[in-house]
Amino acid sequence: MPPDNDAIRCDACPVLCYIKPGRTGACDRYGNRDGQLVRLDPHLVLDKAVSRGDSVVSFLGREQDWDGKIVSGPETFVTAIGAGTTYPDYKPAPFIISSEVQGIDMVTVVTEGIFSYCGVKIKIDTDRHLGPETSLVRAQGEPVGHVTTSEYGSQMLSLGGVRHLTGGSKHEGTVTCETLLNLCERKPVELTIDGGATVQVQAGKPPVVDGTQEERMRVGCGSATIGMFAKQWFGKVDDVVVVDDHITGVLSEHQAGKLLGIPDTGIKIKGRRSTPGRYFRVAEPGTAWGGTNIEDPLVILQEFNPKLAWPGLRLLMVSTTGEQHAYFELDKSLRPVQRDLPNTLQESVARIKENCEPALCTVLFMGGAGGSLRAGVTENPVRLTQSVKNALTRVTCGGAPVYVWPGGGITFMVDVTRMPENAFGYVPTPALVAPIEFTLKLEDYAALGGHMDHVRPLSSLLSERRLSSRPEK
Amino acid sequence: MRAQIQFLPDGKRLHMQDGPIDLIVEAFGDSREVQTAYDAASRRFISVLDELCSELPLLRAQVRGGSPKPSGPVAKRMFEAVLPYAERTFITPMAAVAGAVAEEILETMTAAAKLARAYVNDGGDIAIHLSPREQFVIGMVERPDRPSLFGTATLDWSANVRGIATSGWPGRSFSSGIADAVTVLAEHATMADAAATIIANAVDLPGHPLVVRVPACSLDPNTDLGERLVTQDVGDLSDEDMNCALGNGIETAQRLRSEGLINSAALNLKGRTRIVAAESAAPTAFSPRLNLRKAHVCA
Repeated sequence: MPPDNDAIRCDACPVLCYIKPGRTGACDRYGNRDGQLVRLDPHLVLDKAVSRGDSVVSFLGREQDWDGKIVSGPETFVTAIGAGTTYPDYKPAPFIISSEVQGIDMVTVVTEGIFSYCGVKIKIDTDRHLGPETSLVRAQGEPVGHVTTSEYGSQMLSLGGVRHLTGGSKHEGTVTCETLLNLCERKPVELTIDGGATVQVQAGKPPVVDGTQEERMRVGCGSATIGMFAKQWFGKVDDVVVVDDHITGVLSEHQAGKLLGIPDTGIKIKGRRSTPGRYFRVAEPGTAWGGTNIEDPLVILQEFNPKLAWPGLRLLMVSTTGEQHAYFELDKSLRPVQRDLPNTLQESVARIKENCEPALCTVLFMGGAGGSLRAGVTENPVRLTQSVKNALTRVTCGGAPVYVWPGGGITFMVDVTRMPENAFGYVPTPALVAPIEFTLKLEDYAALGGHMDHVRPLSSLLSERRLSSRPEK
Repeated sequence: MRAQIQFLPDGKRLHMQDGPIDLIVEAFGDSREVQTAYDAASRRFISVLDELCSELPLLRAQVRGGSPKPSGPVAKRMFEAVLPYAERTFITPMAAVAGAVAEEILETMTAAAKLARAYVNDGGDIAIHLSPREQFVIGMVERPDRPSLFGTATLDWSANVRGIATSGWPGRSFSSGIADAVTVLAEHATMADAAATIIANAVDLPGHPLVVRVPACSLDPNTDLGERLVTQDVGDLSDEDMNCALGNGIETAQRLRSEGLINSAALNLKGRTRIVAAESAAPTAFSPRLNLRKAHVCA
């Protein structure tokens, strides 16, 4: 067969395929990526022990010195990633072969799932305001998701889903697919939020918000910070304001301060008082002090009450991460004047920082394998779901544990950092391809040896699609 | 050692892979017999790919009346299986390669050991051994990207079926038809493989604007199909169109059945399934409903 000019020849096996760019050879294991012959989907084996947190070993290598004996590897778990396909005549149907007369006992094959219904949930550990809830999140200008409800110390994004993948323009779908794939592959992705910030997100790495890398997530809300550190401030300072976009705390008014007998200081905070010493909305959300938009903390203070305040009153203002802090003393006219932070207080500010965990972006892939599965078995979908929900079937994704959402179907979430590299692919539909393994326990397989676990690696049936073998339109 | 052979984690099924060949093998019976069968299968397997590649150009060439026969045992199986179609259509021995490999390994096992049952699954093309009063239940899936069972087939020892194969355009091999999956039961896996290819090609709407076709060689320089158009996408077809396409496939399947080339076939197009089988309650029967008594089913 005369090769095309841009095809390369694979010599991994005697079939000696010519492979065009972006496509795979007969085996689906080797492909032409930008003119280079690469093993695209290493057939991975996770040693069960290793899968609990260590590295991944390659499927090759292990059997290099095969001695003619059949090698058994019960301690390994074959994942669906790049699982073998079966050229020259791979056929689309996975089959179930039964060991019993009536029932179907085991699934013999097979697929890496193609997830049209899928997306990622991103948790970004930062107090900085990334954008209003429900705002569109864009990649390369295309809408790929939205800002969803924030969590403790973190902003949450929800990206992907059918509406962006296939419900919008073709370009929107392509960009969404690419964004999801990059996030799942732990690559950095720049996201822009309508009416908010530009944030660089990479699974397992700190977020970069408007060009500034986030270091720490807040120790708690302003009120919680007061509660945690009140004793350490007692006697060293007369009042403390912990600036926070959610709840700004004031030591002298806070229950923690009252318990310590800290006297009133006549301090007055702008914003809406929730309970004593706890204030909502002292400022607008932003990327400055404590996730607010304030650069100068004094703007949230009103004039001190002259009946209670006194000249020389010592005031510490600090953010919930300890990143920003300022120390003031009141002058004769009860106006705060900034001074250097006394040594006695430096420790407490450092302690706040120390108690803040490193800020990370975490990416959970979420996909649904349930709808079509149930649709294919309309007679009794509940039983089918139960086979997954109950101990009959354990679901893993690239060997990583998943959380299967309760209710109908098989909708699961998995931390992409627990999956091996290059576990994901895509098809031009567009949709994501993710490995999914089902481990079945057949309790009544007594005739063939009693109780045993059946691990079902679902092999890659359409990996050539994932490698964009379909003509680009 | 290029080939990889090892047990799957269940410790029962053997996984054999060499280049593009990927087999799941399981034998049932006395444990020593099973061991003997597995050893024989492993020894046989390691040279299969080299044998095939040694006459690959011939196996990729169209079979006509006077075509030279290949010499390897697997290649011969392929050639014999496609020969009945050579007069009426374009076909190469590669149309039956998966079934032929499965059959070769299965026969190696049954020749070496006494087994109650066994199967060799070559990516969905399955060669089956059944001793008296044994049977297998096979589940069928229409689309590999949306795995769900659309039916089962019971293979009983009393029926003359020892092979099952499936073809369809979403699969790894190219198809000129639009069927999502055509599953064929036949006397041997190699026959089933060739017939599934033919019937899947026949489920078609020639020239239909919603069917995207491209020359096979534009996708794969190695293809045995040359410039022939292969299906790359099928749009939303009307009911009438789907019935028409399925009708074309059924016509072909019935003809192959009457010629004794297949036992039965299940044709699936976008969720619609048609069965071609004997009128009477045959001992081998596709059941369009699922028996989920045990419900050990997953996607």
